[in-house]
Amino acid sequence: MIQIKDLHKSYHMGSNSLHVLKGINFNVEEGELVSIMGSSGSGKSTLLNIIGMLDEADKGSYTLDGVSIKNLNEKIAAKYRNQFLGFVFQSFNLINYKSALDNVSMPLYYQGLKRKERTERAMHYLEKVGLADWHHHLPSELSGGQKQRVAIARAMASEPKVLLADEPTGALDTTTSYEVMELIQQINEEGKTILIVTHEDDIAHMTKRIVNLKDGVIIDDKVVDQVKAKVNV
Amino acid sequence: MFSIERWQEIFEALSKNKLRTFLTGLSVASGIFILVILLGFSKGIENGVRTQFEQDATNEISIWTNVTSKEYKGLNPGRRIQLTNESFDAVVNKYGDYLERKSPIYSLWGARVNYKNESGNYRVRGTNGDYQFIENADIGSGRFISAADIADSKKVVVIGNKVKKDLFKDEDPINKNISIFDMPFKVIGVYFDPGGEREESGMYIPITTAQKIFNAGNDIRSMEFTSKMSDNFDEAVALSKSVSEAIEAQLKQIHTVAPDDTSAVRVWYTLEEAKKIYSLIDTISAVFWFVGIGTIIAGIVGVGNIMLIIVKERTKEMGIRKALGAQPMSIVGMILQEAVFVTMFAGLFGLIAGLALLEGVGPQIDSDFIKYPQVDFGIAMTTVFLLVFAGALAGFIPAYRAAKIKPIIALREE
Repeated sequence: MIQIKDLHKSYHMGSNSLHVLKGINFNVEEGELVSIMGSSGSGKSTLLNIIGMLDEADKGSYTLDGVSIKNLNEKIAAKYRNQFLGFVFQSFNLINYKSALDNVSMPLYYQGLKRKERTERAMHYLEKVGLADWHHHLPSELSGGQKQRVAIARAMASEPKVLLADEPTGALDTTTSYEVMELIQQINEEGKTILIVTHEDDIAHMTKRIVNLKDGVIIDDKVVDQVKAKVNV
Repeated sequence: MFSIERWQEIFEALSKNKLRTFLTGLSVASGIFILVILLGFSKGIENGVRTQFEQDATNEISIWTNVTSKEYKGLNPGRRIQLTNESFDAVVNKYGDYLERKSPIYSLWGARVNYKNESGNYRVRGTNGDYQFIENADIGSGRFISAADIADSKKVVVIGNKVKKDLFKDEDPINKNISIFDMPFKVIGVYFDPGGEREESGMYIPITTAQKIFNAGNDIRSMEFTSKMSDNFDEAVALSKSVSEAIEAQLKQIHTVAPDDTSAVRVWYTLEEAKKIYSLIDTISAVFWFVGIGTIIAGIVGVGNIMLIIVKERTKEMGIRKALGAQPMSIVGMILQEAVFVTMFAGLFGLIAGLALLEGVGPQIDSDFIKYPQVDFGIAMTTVFLLVFAGALAGFIPAYRAAKIKPIIALREE
């Protein structure tokens, strides 16, 4: 599903140059649930942003579902993001003046679906995350866990090939974190490819494979025995 | 641009951000509102002054005489020219077709007037009935001098409101006798004058009576006319000017005065003055336009400013939308469409409110200087569109830049 070869990325701040990713080689197969771990500054978020086409690599190749991602202009990047990817952010990034339902149907709006169809599909995914009864609530009326579940429903609504989650439990307490992870595991069981960036060990062990990043290189890539989130609740 | 889906999205964004929508709308609406009121009152002042000035017989022509300053046909300079009934009649005979009102005048400054124990010094003018219209005197009670009064040289007097107040207090003066230089006159009317107290502290008696009691014979002091007005103001000015010049020439001929003697026969016509006033009005309306355009510019800057803030405020939202697959131009388009909709709606609202106020309050304004304030609808619409267009343009640049920001940076924005 994802093939990454010799990926480099530097940030320039004035005269200083920060080499964040120093040659990443990394493949993800369909249906995998991968966590990318590392301390802050290890480059894990940068990697995820590049995979998510929110940011561009300086060097190296990146292929997503057989499509080579390079020299993207804004238009094509927007199209790919809409078709291939679903995002879940640490800070939820819901649009605060839109109801849960409208937030979830937003990517569908950009896919050009009609309102009726959007609403139906958005409701379906809200049901899936267990928030059908909350569809008319604004993000400010929801708890953190609920917000993240709305965000997951939104990421799922466009039926992407890969779900990218950047510290999805970073802003949540343990119980809620596990609830969110349970949902992610459930989605993965249904066959969705999911990448999670995290620095929490217990969260990482709820995935099937852990990739460890340090100073811009992968130091460890191992398949682990998945811990079911439910067990911990 | 015109898809229903887009409009639904915009209406949702607008209705969920009521305060922002309201403030944007308010600034645009109030700008247009102020402009409409300003232009309306500019027009009102113009109408007011025009009416005011035209009421005061703008077409008045006054003629009086003085001593000659030049030798002519063997006659020495320094000769006093005296107008008479005959010269008045000669002018009326020759130019009567171009003149609307005609009156000879024999006036005296500071005549001693008594009523019972009250007394005072007032200007007394002997005139005919036309003079009421030349002076624009309004009769408050009683009547003005009639043809019969003149034919019989009746000792009747029309007193000014100030004289009435001085001499009669609260008493009704009609048919009471007052004495002018100890001669009894019957009060037949009281007049008001738009010129105020100064004009109202005088009195009118028949011209024939004045000539008799002041032993003036056929002499008159001056003559007053109004030239015929036409709808075209410039034409009226031209007529007034040519009639005045013709009368002056005729009188100079009658009284044997050198044609180039400027002091012996003096002719003054107000229309020339009126023209000056109108150019003043033009200046006033130019100033109002200047202020109006300034208001629009301020409005445009205001709209641009609000657009900048809106774009800044929504940077993160745009990042989210981009992450979800929004095309950059769809974001620019959405923001612009929203801005144009709000400014257009608010602009029209301000326009209608301003027009409604002018329509509602305008006719009730009781001022001599403001009448029928109104605004040209086409001009008002043009300013609304100008404001909308400028607002969109001012919003486009930041919106475009914001849409170009990488979503990762926009998402970081708090």
